[in-house]
Amino acid sequence: MSFPSPFLPRLGRYYVLYALGFLALVVALASAEQMGMTQRWIGQIFLFATIAIYAAIGVMSRTSDVSEYYVAGRRVPALFNGMATAADWMSAASFIGLAGTLYYSGFVGLAFVTGWTGGYVLVALLLAPFLRKFGQFTIPDFLGARYEGHFARLVGVLAAVLASFVYVVAQIYGVGLITSRFIGIEFEIGVFVGLAGILVCSFLGGMRAVTWTQVAQYLILIVAYLVPVAILSYKVTGVPVPQLVYGEVLRDLGVKELELFSEPRENDVRSQYRYRAEEYARKIEDLPASLADERVAQSERIMELRTEGASARDVAAAERALRDLPRTPEEARLKWERTRQESLAKTVPPVHHAEAHPGETPEARESARRNFLALAFVLMVGTAGLPHILMRYYTTPSVRQARRSVFWSLFFIFLLYVTAPAYAVFAKWEIYSRLIGTNIGDLPNWVASWSRVGLVKIEDINGDGILQLAELTLNSDAILLLFPEIAGLPYVVSGLVAAGGLAAALSTADGLLLTISHALSHDLYYKMINPQASTQRRLVITKSQLLVVAVIAAWVASLRPDSILFMVGLAFSIAASAFFPALVLGIFWRRANKWGAVAGMLAGLASTLYYIVRTHPFFGGSMADAWFDIHPISCGIFGVPVGFTVIAIVSLLTPPPSAEVQALVDFIRLPDEALRTRGRPNDGT
Amino acid sequence: MSDTRSRQQAYWRETRILTAVLFLLWGAASFLPGWFADELNEVVFFGWPLGFYMVGQGSLIVFLLIVAVYDFSMTRIERRYGLHHEE
Repeated sequence: MSFPSPFLPRLGRYYVLYALGFLALVVALASAEQMGMTQRWIGQIFLFATIAIYAAIGVMSRTSDVSEYYVAGRRVPALFNGMATAADWMSAASFIGLAGTLYYSGFVGLAFVTGWTGGYVLVALLLAPFLRKFGQFTIPDFLGARYEGHFARLVGVLAAVLASFVYVVAQIYGVGLITSRFIGIEFEIGVFVGLAGILVCSFLGGMRAVTWTQVAQYLILIVAYLVPVAILSYKVTGVPVPQLVYGEVLRDLGVKELELFSEPRENDVRSQYRYRAEEYARKIEDLPASLADERVAQSERIMELRTEGASARDVAAAERALRDLPRTPEEARLKWERTRQESLAKTVPPVHHAEAHPGETPEARESARRNFLALAFVLMVGTAGLPHILMRYYTTPSVRQARRSVFWSLFFIFLLYVTAPAYAVFAKWEIYSRLIGTNIGDLPNWVASWSRVGLVKIEDINGDGILQLAELTLNSDAILLLFPEIAGLPYVVSGLVAAGGLAAALSTADGLLLTISHALSHDLYYKMINPQASTQRRLVITKSQLLVVAVIAAWVASLRPDSILFMVGLAFSIAASAFFPALVLGIFWRRANKWGAVAGMLAGLASTLYYIVRTHPFFGGSMADAWFDIHPISCGIFGVPVGFTVIAIVSLLTPPPSAEVQALVDFIRLPDEALRTRGRPNDGT
Repeated sequence: MSDTRSRQQAYWRETRILTAVLFLLWGAASFLPGWFADELNEVVFFGWPLGFYMVGQGSLIVFLLIVAVYDFSMTRIERRYGLHHEE
């Protein structure tokens, strides 16, 4: 496959044209909105137009060449690989979830911001150039070659599939959420619409198609992320660069927080919630008698309303309340306990946004600090171990380009992560200064429309007709989607944000699906089961695996597993403890051998999983058994050192690797030399 | 042949030193601001409490610089050892 030499300028021209076309679409929709186009239409046009663009790129990039299908022909320039990696990396969780997390947890949430960027330093220094020099197709490929044999490769396949699958389910779930909310279809159907969007990109063209759609998706997602907050920043401060000026807003917010948290009405609302929590505690204690009492009281109330001749609406509400009562004492215990916890959470004012490591006691503050650093560590090392990211550095033309493309990746990712804290601060500022303290009757329209879908909740618990902070509940995932409306921007901006969220989820899902299907078809089938398979057969197997995995993932997502965020956190710990030590030692320590690597990977993985089961309630564990108070999401902090230590000890106790492997290590440590564009002469194709 | 070999070893030694220095810098930028956040928050930096600023933006800029310096220095090292080929 040859390509003309002015590849880069031509690519640049295509994407400039594409960006201009997209801007024209946004402007056209904005003016259509002024002329009275409905919100539903705007949302639908945005989502379908962008999916159609991705599909067109996917179809144009179809290929049946193995090197094209697995590594995009290794001719993706550094800048474009940087954009593709950024889109691959930034998932629905980063795009939709991060701003909300930062809104609620302030400083504590910044562990995600440092954690999800710092890992790229590890990728740049320790992995990307060497993996590119090695120049095969997958991460298990490297493990198999460096650690001589199928066993290391198999462990690699297992960990890659495990880490990527939980992650891909979360993406498809995100796609379902966005399509169902903005197009107005059922969640389950939205999941399968999203699935179709994912498959048109990856199915026909593999890595080649995914790369070029990811570049297109990056452009949309970054514009969608930056535009709303830049407009609001301009409105509030007069400077449209929120990243530079949100410090000032944060300072004003700090003053506002002091004022708001000590207000008498807020105190009143908080004590009302305390009474409610106590009431529920009593009710839970008196089960099952309290449930029967409740039922009698509700029935009596309905009778009373009827005899009083109350309005039909009040009677219907009372009847619904009776119907919604828990059926069994066990159900009541669960439901009431949840209410009690929710009320309890509202009895204390939120933490101050900028306060580091909040806690009541010095011990609690110490524990918060340990957890903050542990989470940042796990996210960084996990980034450097996620196969769908590392795999992208196989696609550049040279080692040098791989090195440079890590810089571009980090730069493009940086743009989003440095903006997320500004989002949280501006959203909080708008809510605290404009929404809180207004009459409940005069709230803006979005409050009612988002209440209907259950993402915003308002309860005037003290009955004063004015909204207090503790009376407002915002779903953390909704904050970003709501942001344009909070800021009072036209609906076209909301549509843009939805298209950006969709791009983020689709691009990550594509990269993950490729990783899984490559691990299964290339490593498991071709390298281990049937090395004689023809090129054509290998591609058929890859494509069918892709289809099967995608459908299974969509099916799992449509069951709406509620522990999805926790599973994504788990993927980082798995990647960190299973891959990182074996990859790094494989490059930097010649003496590391196959027994060490296999033992280390399994030990790292096992200790991570053991800690999760020990401490996470999902598996029946409890934080009482935690070590150093570390939360289960950061379990990789134990798995990574275990992995390194076990590899070192077991390698030293067993014979060194063969001369051939030592030569391979020498080979990957050197830069390009004469074999540049195509890696090693025996490049598999 | 042995000349090539020793040249390659020297190249690898320099690469390792550069990697180690930048790795330490990464560790400092990643974990020190988080550890000393309370102390840093006493200082105000363009409106931000400094601890908050570092973890939310400052460290990220340091990360970008580390990766840029690595790319730049590696290209120079390659050139010095005659391992660099213009593209």
